[in-house]
Amino acid sequence: MIALYTRRRLINGINLTVALLAMLFGLFWLGWILWTLISHGFPSLSLSLFTQMTPPPGSNGGLLNAIAGSLFMTMVATLIGTPVGILAGTYLAEFGQRGWLAPTTRFINDILLSAPSIVIGLFIYEVYVVTMGHFSGWAGSFALAMIVIPVVVRTTENMLCLVPNSLREAAAALGAPQWKVVILVTLRASTTGILTGILLAVARVSGETAPLLFTALNNQFWNGNMNQPMANLPVVIFQFAMSPYEDWQHLAWAGALLITFTVLTLNILARFFFRQKSQSY
Amino acid sequence: MTRPFSPAHLKRQHLLDLAFRNTTRLFAFLVFAILAGTLVSLLIGSLPAIRTFGFGFLFSSEWNPVTEKFGALVPIIGTLATSAIALLIGIPVSFGIALFLTELSPRWLKRPLGIAVELLAGIPSIIYGMWGLFVFAPAFADHVEPWLTEHLGNAALIGPLFQGPPMGIGMLTAGLILAIMVIPFIASVMRDVFEIVPPMFKESAYGLGATTWEVVWHIVLPYTKIGVVGGIMLGLGRALGETMAVTFVIGNAHELSASLLMPGNSISSALANEFTEAVGKLYTSALIELGLILFFITFLVLSLAKLLLIQLAKREGKQS
Repeated sequence: MIALYTRRRLINGINLTVALLAMLFGLFWLGWILWTLISHGFPSLSLSLFTQMTPPPGSNGGLLNAIAGSLFMTMVATLIGTPVGILAGTYLAEFGQRGWLAPTTRFINDILLSAPSIVIGLFIYEVYVVTMGHFSGWAGSFALAMIVIPVVVRTTENMLCLVPNSLREAAAALGAPQWKVVILVTLRASTTGILTGILLAVARVSGETAPLLFTALNNQFWNGNMNQPMANLPVVIFQFAMSPYEDWQHLAWAGALLITFTVLTLNILARFFFRQKSQSY
Repeated sequence: MTRPFSPAHLKRQHLLDLAFRNTTRLFAFLVFAILAGTLVSLLIGSLPAIRTFGFGFLFSSEWNPVTEKFGALVPIIGTLATSAIALLIGIPVSFGIALFLTELSPRWLKRPLGIAVELLAGIPSIIYGMWGLFVFAPAFADHVEPWLTEHLGNAALIGPLFQGPPMGIGMLTAGLILAIMVIPFIASVMRDVFEIVPPMFKESAYGLGATTWEVVWHIVLPYTKIGVVGGIMLGLGRALGETMAVTFVIGNAHELSASLLMPGNSISSALANEFTEAVGKLYTSALIELGLILFFITFLVLSLAKLLLIQLAKREGKQS
């Protein structure tokens, strides 16, 4: 009898220790990766990073055109993707109780949410780049917008479903037509939640490399023309990191540090927003 | 300006309602169209390759841009093998993390640890790739791979998997990095489904004298098994499609080798490396067909995951 108890307690102890180790295992990689970024990227950070263009190998330079290109394309992608996502999400939450479209869209949206981003790049390449005959900033923005849309759809729907039905009924009882109920009451009530979703989408998009490889391509120079190939941080990092030139690799590490901390800050901001929202209820 | 509740006003509101509903419906349809469009455009793009190689494309390991002979076997095996390694390591670790977060962690530590796990998910994949190539791979080649070859290289059955020069880059490294990348996804799904287990069940088991481990293994896990499998599938979907991290460390060799320490190729890394440099219609088309295959595989896996998770949600709805 005693032996059985001891054995059970022993198994319990061992397995729980293993769980603790698994947690530490996860934290270990996070720590190691962040430490690598700081130790490699920090020495390469300088003001010229933000004031100079990407250099040819062997000379000094910065990442200005890449940073600008990334910011610009992310912005355009968000501007395209957000309205589409919010409207589609609104349909799913407000009008999606009947019919075949809503369940199918919900299902497909969840698949798009984790679809391989490189396939999305291929899609835009086939549809836009081949038709237009050249790589361009627009193509890059479209590819990124494809990634923004499912994230925004998901959060919009979730947030709208959190709005209590009594709010909708109260507005309807006052004689408000449905479009007013949705725009002025339910969408407004879930603004913070939707903002969180947009932030998360921007965070997701700003680190994406794969869909830009064959849409925006890259550009060694400053370019304000969306119809031309456009420099962007992730692809520059990819090229520079894979190159044999030491100064390019330093720039890649600096860019990697920039991008990671932007993404992580956006993630934490989004969580902060969301927390405030859930406390206000 | 029409008076409220006048027939004209009501009619206008009715029209606006209709317009609003149909606008939102149109955009919902757009989401649907994106997926259909992706499928169709990839199919059209890969038509030349499908016509030339037929089903043989799937089983040929040849990849020669000069003679224009292409086969997808090496990248397909690379994608499947690296994802399998990722799951083999990722599942137990994720289970441990979820177990720790739901049952063991003190309350004040839950939130920061949860955020840490989510940060791991937030790190862009290109960063995993750089870290993997410049930091992890050399360390792995110096300290772990020689040990693996020495101790496992001559073992029966699995021996050939661990033979070869310690180069650092290769299938095993790619699989390991993928494991780190899928852990946060699987762990957070597991944590979420563990939390929906009704406390009554757990408390009853504790009341009968079960240990924490027994409660988790015999009560929580059976109750949530559908959700857990769904989470694993979600992680698998991620691993299959992951591009940049794998591209950095897999070595990009279109060669079939038994050893996991040798460089290989995956569908996504072949695309990332070769697509912009591909010349000739057939070469491009073969690469697009690779993309199509990847799309099919992930679509299947993700659909399965989604169906399982829906089923779990339904069951939960019935019981509450």
